[in-house]
This record gives sequence, structure tokens and C-alpha cells, in this order.
Amino acid sequence: MSAPTKTYSAKSSGNHGITEPAPVRWILTAIALGFLALFLFVPLAAVFSQAFEKGLSVYLTALKDQDTVAAIKLTLLVAVVAVPLNLVFGVAASWAIAKFSFPGKNLLISLIDLPFSVSPVISGLIYVLIFGRQGWLGPWLEVHDIKIIFAAPGIILATIFVTFPFIARELIPLMESQGRDEEEAAMVLGASGLQTFFRVTLPNIKWGIIYGVILCNARAMGEFGAVSVVSGHIRGTTNTVPLQVEILYNEYNYTAAFAVASLLAFLALVTLMVKTIAEWKVQRQLKEQ
Amino acid sequence: MALSNKNNVLPGFGPTMGYTLLYLSLIVLLPLSALTFKTAGLSWHDFVATVSAPRVLASYKITFGAALAAASINAVFGVLVAWVLVRYHFPGRKVVDSLVDLPFALPTAVAGITLATVYSANGWIGRHLEAHGIKVAFTPLGIIVAMTFIGLPFVVRTVQPVIEELDTEIEEASACLGANRWQTFRRVLFPLLTPSVLTGFALAFARAVGEYGSIIFIAGNIPMVSEITPLLIITKLEQYDYQGATAIATVMLVASFIMLLFINLLQKWSRRYAD
Repeated sequence: MSAPTKTYSAKSSGNHGITEPAPVRWILTAIALGFLALFLFVPLAAVFSQAFEKGLSVYLTALKDQDTVAAIKLTLLVAVVAVPLNLVFGVAASWAIAKFSFPGKNLLISLIDLPFSVSPVISGLIYVLIFGRQGWLGPWLEVHDIKIIFAAPGIILATIFVTFPFIARELIPLMESQGRDEEEAAMVLGASGLQTFFRVTLPNIKWGIIYGVILCNARAMGEFGAVSVVSGHIRGTTNTVPLQVEILYNEYNYTAAFAVASLLAFLALVTLMVKTIAEWKVQRQLKEQ
Repeated sequence: MALSNKNNVLPGFGPTMGYTLLYLSLIVLLPLSALTFKTAGLSWHDFVATVSAPRVLASYKITFGAALAAASINAVFGVLVAWVLVRYHFPGRKVVDSLVDLPFALPTAVAGITLATVYSANGWIGRHLEAHGIKVAFTPLGIIVAMTFIGLPFVVRTVQPVIEELDTEIEEASACLGANRWQTFRRVLFPLLTPSVLTGFALAFARAVGEYGSIIFIAGNIPMVSEITPLLIITKLEQYDYQGATAIATVMLVASFIMLLFINLLQKWSRRYAD
């Protein structure tokens, strides 16, 4: 850590009234970074350090484990289904909400945000109550030999629930701020509805979509609580990557647990990078308007 | 933004709105109502007996108490981090700024096992705390650490834009009027930041109360001591006690709706404050 070199507001050195004395600035920066180190930096570094503790070959062996590969495949499947479904919903919802006025708009936005305020454990539980053996549709599903809970469909449903708001809540404010002038101009000039959407709206919300999709994907691949309730933890069949991490960890197989966890940590870092770029692009776009 | 539909030439309101409502009902509203119906099937007496059993009451105390402690830690340090990130320049500031969102992006299970390892008696940080007789992992203190981790971005991200928007002229005015820097912060800046700090605090608290993945690895999960309510729901489910799980989940859900309502009011208040 090094000392701060200049301050945001003090443009000349004589501006003592509106910034803190240098020693105070150093101390505050040190405390802030120390706090972040204790809760963010050190734990993040520990993931990779633990993963590679016994060398690269042990790391790679852990990743090649049959059950781990099956978990990776299931996680990819879950994300491939859940993210596009929420993307279509996000675009449709933001089009209806941002481009039109109707009564109850605020209520609708609150309802879309609802999954964020529900505990992940409850998000899984509600699907067990519908599709589980004692649930509403349980007996019917059993007769027809359809498995939803303790199988991939339940995991996918729970994941769709917890990642439901991500894309819509990125797009709604972005499209609202852009108004509908450009689309109206396109329509007046004779473009069809779909042409207007793909040629005018889509380029405008491109970075908002990327931002929403990357956050949605990170949560879809990393969800633990909700998936843990509906998965049944069957090795090699209904374990996603986060559940595989839990199993390995609880078996005291720490190196393997952290090796698999490092994949998710790497995904998180990539997510943050894309998020930073997308945020910057969206802000620049908003400034240009 | 006031939009009128009168002269709106844009197509697609019907299909997009219809799809939105259908998808919302199927994925969110219908499943959530299953919880309500299942609870309604319980007699009032059974419901109260389940949700006020000593072990359940202890889990509320642990969950809400730890969430309160974690949100308070985040309120203090979140303001400091936001202030340092906006006002001071130091090498690596942009990277630090991006990493603040790590708890949003890092899967909770990964956070859980790494926090448990780092804060265990021979871990990188736990080792030094252990030397002073402080045990974190597998104690209620561990729950607070995990909840602080997952709530960290909320206060920073709600306060940061407010600090960015602050007009430095009022700080200059305060200084010209003879206030020292601390007086300016306490009397001028702090009141301006209060609504956003409270909003961030409430968001961090609400998130911590429902959290499961990052906590169970570090908590120790001893009934009556370090067992959080979401874990209790899972325990009941694993014992095929669906009624018990549903009853406790309903209490949690009602609590989170009350918090949601409170957060909405806070946000309205801070918007009015900003105008």
C-alpha cells in the first residue's frame, strides 16, 4: 500500500478547508484497505493459494475427477437454459415497462425484484412444495414418472427464480432513460416493429444486456442455497459445481474443494472485469445522449 | 418520465406485457403462493408452536442479531471505503473499486469455504486472532464475518454515488465559516449521507438475514448457539418435516417483505432528500 498522492477536490495546495490533512488521509486509506483486505483480498487470495498448494498436477487431477466433470456439465446446462429464458423475459419486460405507460407500473417493477428479497433456501423450498413428493403436483408427477425435484429440471427452475430479476432490472432504467424518440423516428420512416427493435433499440441497449447477462450467468453458475434444497445431492448426477465444492470440502478433501472453487472464483473475476467495462460503456453512452 | 400512450406509435405492448405477466406468474408468483397455501393448511396452534419452539427462537436471535452486527460494521466501514474510493487517489484504486463487488460475483459456497479456512485457528487471519484468544470460525463470530462479507458492497455502492454528487462548495462554505474538517463532516456531510447509509444498511441487513451458503461452512451450526434460521429450514426438510419447514419459511418471508417495504420507504426518503 502506498500513500495517496493527490485528492479529488483539492485542486491547489492551499485548499486546506475542503480536504483532510495528509496524515489523516493516509490513515483513513490504510483503515479502508485493511478492512477490505480482511474481508475480500485475503479470502480471495486464499482460494487460489489453497487450490495450488499441492502443485499443478494435483490441481489438474482434482478437476479431471469424473464427478467434478459431471458437475461442470450440469452447471453449464443450467446456465444455458436459465440465462436465455431470463434474457427474453428481461427484454420483453423492459420494452413493455420502459416504452409504454400503464397503471401499476411501480408495482410490477417491485414484483420483478421480489426474488432478490427471498432467502435462497426459501426459493428452493417453494419448488419442493409444488413438485416434491408431498407437493401439489407430486402425486401426478409420480404416476407419470416425471422427476423434477432431485433432478435437473428442479435445479434449473430454482436457478431461474433466483436469477429472475438480473437482466430486467439492468434494462428497465437504461431503456427508460433513452426514451422512445429514436424508435418513433424509425417507425415514422417506415421501419417495421422488429426492424426498429433490432436496428435501433438493440444497439442502444447492447452493453446493458451484456452487463445483465454476465451478472445473471455468474449467479446461475454459482447459486448454492436454492439449488441445494432441490438437488438431492446425488453425486455425478444432480450436483452442480458449488454443490460439488461443498461435498469435497465436507469430505476434508480441501485441495480438490479449492481446485473446483478456483474455477468459480476465476469466473467471478472475469465477471467483475466484464462488468467494469460494461458499466463504463453504459455510462459513456448515457453521457453522449 | 411521463409517457403518454396517446400518440405512441410503438408496437408490441400487448405481447411483451402478456409474456411478462405470464412468466412472472409462472416463475415467481405461483410458486410463492404455494408457500402461503401450505401454511394456511396448518392450524394456528401448530403454526405458533412450530415457529416459537426454543430452537427456532434461538435461530432468529442468532440470525437477526448477527445480521444487525454485520450491517453495522458495513455501515461504518462502507462509508469509509466509499469516501476513500471517491476522494483519495492511490495506486490500484480502480482495481479495488471493481473488487468491492466481489461478494456479488463470488458464489456463496466458495466464499464460505475460503472464509472458514482463512478464519480457522490455523488460517491466515484466524492464526493471529487465536493468539489473542479470539475464535472466529465455528462460533457466532464466524456468522458475523460471513454476513459482513456478503453485505459489504451494499453500503459502499449506495453511498458512493452520493459522495460523488456532493457539491464541494458546501464544504468550502463550511470551512469559510470557521468549521474545522471534523465539524464539517459531522454537521454538514454526515446529514447528507445519512439516507443512503441507512438504505445500504437495510439492504445489507436484509441480504444477511436470508444468507445460507457462505455462513454454514464457518458457523459451526450448533443448535441454540450458532444455527441460523435458513439452515433450520433445510434441517426440517431433510427430516421430511415439510410443515415445520414451511411455517418457519413463512416467518422469514414475512420478515423480508417488511424489510422490503421499509427499504422502499427509505429510498423514497433519500430521493426526496436529494432533490
